[in-house]
Amino acid sequence: MLSKEEAADIFERIKKHSSADEVEVLFYSGQSALTRFANNVIHQNVAEANDGVSVRTSFGGRTARASTNKVDDESLKRVVQASEDLAKVQRPDPDLLPMPDPQERDRVSHDAFSAPPSRYFAETAAITPGLRAEGVAKIVAVADRHKLTTAGIFSNSEFVEGIFNSRGLSDWHTQTSAEVSITMLAGDSSGWQKSNSPDVNNLDPLALAETAARKAIDSAAPREMTPGKYTVILEPAAVLDIVGFMFWDFGGQAILDERSFLNNRIGTQLFGENVNIVDDVAHPLQSGAPFDGEGMRRQRVSLVENGIVKRVVYARGTAERMKKSAAPKVGPIAPTGHGFPLPNEMGEMPSNIVLSAPSQPQTLEQMMSSTDRGILVTRLWYIREVDPYEKILTGMTRDGTFLIENGKVHAGVRNFRFNESLIHMLSNVEAMGAPVRASGEESFDMVVPAMKVRDFNFTEVTKF
Amino acid sequence: MNEILGWALNLAAQRGASYADARIVDDRSRSLATKNGKLGHASDAESQGIGIRVIADGAWGFAASKDLSRAVVEDTAARALAIARASARVKQEDVRLAPEKPVTAEWTTPYRIDPFTTSIEQNLDLLLRIDAELRAVSGVTLAETGINFKREDSWFASSEGANIHQTKISTGAGYAAYAFAGTEIMKRSYPNSFGGQWQNKGYELIAELKLVENARRVAEEAVALHKAAQCPEGVSTIILDSSQLGLQIHESIGHPIELDRVLGMEANFAGTSFLTLDKLGRLRYGSELVNVVADARQEHGPGLGTFGFDDEGVPAQCTPIITHGLFTGYLSSRETAHIIGANRSGGTLRAECWNRLPMIRMTNISILPGEKPLTLEQLIADTDDGIYMETNKSWSIDDKRYNFQFGCEIGWEIKKGKRGRMLKNPSYSGITTEFWNSMDAICSRDQWTLWGTPNCGKGQPQQVMGTGHGASPARFRGIKVGSAYRGN
Repeated sequence: MLSKEEAADIFERIKKHSSADEVEVLFYSGQSALTRFANNVIHQNVAEANDGVSVRTSFGGRTARASTNKVDDESLKRVVQASEDLAKVQRPDPDLLPMPDPQERDRVSHDAFSAPPSRYFAETAAITPGLRAEGVAKIVAVADRHKLTTAGIFSNSEFVEGIFNSRGLSDWHTQTSAEVSITMLAGDSSGWQKSNSPDVNNLDPLALAETAARKAIDSAAPREMTPGKYTVILEPAAVLDIVGFMFWDFGGQAILDERSFLNNRIGTQLFGENVNIVDDVAHPLQSGAPFDGEGMRRQRVSLVENGIVKRVVYARGTAERMKKSAAPKVGPIAPTGHGFPLPNEMGEMPSNIVLSAPSQPQTLEQMMSSTDRGILVTRLWYIREVDPYEKILTGMTRDGTFLIENGKVHAGVRNFRFNESLIHMLSNVEAMGAPVRASGEESFDMVVPAMKVRDFNFTEVTKF
Repeated sequence: MNEILGWALNLAAQRGASYADARIVDDRSRSLATKNGKLGHASDAESQGIGIRVIADGAWGFAASKDLSRAVVEDTAARALAIARASARVKQEDVRLAPEKPVTAEWTTPYRIDPFTTSIEQNLDLLLRIDAELRAVSGVTLAETGINFKREDSWFASSEGANIHQTKISTGAGYAAYAFAGTEIMKRSYPNSFGGQWQNKGYELIAELKLVENARRVAEEAVALHKAAQCPEGVSTIILDSSQLGLQIHESIGHPIELDRVLGMEANFAGTSFLTLDKLGRLRYGSELVNVVADARQEHGPGLGTFGFDDEGVPAQCTPIITHGLFTGYLSSRETAHIIGANRSGGTLRAECWNRLPMIRMTNISILPGEKPLTLEQLIADTDDGIYMETNKSWSIDDKRYNFQFGCEIGWEIKKGKRGRMLKNPSYSGITTEFWNSMDAICSRDQWTLWGTPNCGKGQPQQVMGTGHGASPARFRGIKVGSAYRGN
């Protein structure tokens, strides 16, 4: 992998090739490997190594970006030229800010930013194809023992993200990641579990395999239920799958563009009083770099307090535009370190979401025991936005959907289609578990609890 | 490049691979976008590297590196072999590849104007003219435009002797107008949602799309939707425009016919398929009028699924998928062909870039147009009562591809053969085979468009691929409409 010293050298070479007022370079470098299995065999098994640079040049209100994974001198010269060619022909944008310097970056109060723990684990980086195959063999053994068919992945990676700009700012983040995802298939049912972490020692593939297998077995011969409003218990992966769709709207630019469901709603009681959400890159269960696309410190931001949306996040430019705009102002208007690399039209978003623990977290069993009739959902699938302002989302349940009766799992049920407003859903949370690091396929990883939600809106049912 | 490919293949052979192939890919792309009269983004990107795929001890391994030096290429090939041997520890039988005659070939996307030779100023000016047209309409609160070019050069060689160089060029452009008022955000897009229209052709596509000419109408429709009636809930006859029908094909035909899904290889992520092997040649997928092909050949048109050879060196082909309503074909590869009794791959294995393993992907999955002349307006005139829906807004389907729900940006009532009042938030839902069996009319060739879907996701690690879908407007009877808003 690229070191920060090598990156500094490349940055100096890039600067020499540029005639721009300002230059910024984003670096990426890494190795990853993924062993994929299906039908109880390894059928795909891959590894890659890659690194490169993304060069932004700026000329008085005009800026553009060009990227390459070739770092020889000729390629660096060409990528600088491409960036400058794209920038020079633009109409100047008076709102484009100079790049930040280290003093601006460090102008953050101590309670808003703390450095995250190390997210690089040598043991995770060192996992070999043989070790991944051993792990898969153990998962397959669980499937064989239960007479099931299994499919899934076991992956690991190490990577760096870095930023240098011509005003002296630089930052560097090194991380590892390991992930296991397991589907167990029976004749007419299935179960699923997934987990990832920077530290492979936090993963327990055998426990995941056993849980997925139990779900496949317990949901066999699924019965068809009538669609309608049900009390649901969403496991953490299902919670993140669905709530992830609203965080694109928690940025100042989305408000300015009037494409956010929070327009005219910030500061109002939008969700239930038991909903509290922060964005916190330093949370011990979180992941990722502590700086944004311009190198600003990624601060802790309390987004929702007792169901009221208190703040949104801001890139530097968005904060300036918001100060000048006529849009209603709520909370402090200042950069929070959540901007995407410039230039972009999306602005920013919070991506280290933590749904805070309730005062009295409940286990899944406790949530079920207080449920006369409801649906337990393992996972959601193919979620899409039906209505952007009421935040109605549609999607399917998948890989382990159960009828709860009289406080217990009673039977597997055929998968439902839902059309549910996130606003309604987060206003109807009756109970929550302790937050865990969860991973799904419909949204980014988060720290979220399981949730018990009343009147969840299922509109159709499929054939399995 | 042949010398570099040779380093990889030679090392694989020396270390005991029973099969190897290597692909060097050099990608270049440009993306320009505006928002509300200003630059959204302006970016160029290039990426080059080699991906090496081997079979050793009867199992697959793949490794990729951006470094094309001899030492690293050989090290990458060795890594692929080590991975294959690890794969072999958890196998039941050896990989079998359908025979394919190796070829030496050159293939290039036919184009008139190389989009990378057009000036940045010219393209930004075009986008800003569209933007001005969109924002000239009172009530438009957000205008977004974009244009994208891509060039992919690939060099493929295999241990069987194939040696293929391909150059693929694609162009895409589109825009959207948003209108926020009260408690509604309305949106209209052109020529299609989610980035517009994309084809494997040169810059000549841009003039064909008539982007500026349609901007005012599209913006006016976005604003007018605020005063439109809500799409009713119930059962109705529907007519879909060709772009929406293209996405319907993608989701409810294109994905379920992927043989890797059918065989469970995607069970953990993209899902499986209701099209189990027993259904080939037996399932009544649609009505007599439903004829669908998977056609990667240039003669089908400049779709995002058009190429000379797939990424394991198999020439582009046309496979009948649905023939007069009967299910007749899957998308296959050299590894999977024997499972359906085929003696050759259908030629659908493609990879997103050099660092990804090729996998079964849709080519151009298209419904053939009706044989009798029939325009959209004639189809509406022939419909006593129904809803016409245009341009996708939301799409969702279960992991076996049975139950779907689509929302469209705009709809119109049809009463006694006339297009009536505008409807907002139109949606429809159903079960795949019931839906396709309800199709009772499809417009003719002059109404047929080969749409591009640039963002099809599949695989772990996930790969994004462009696919093509040709379609004419078509009519469906007895379809559930409006349930997307039921209970909300």
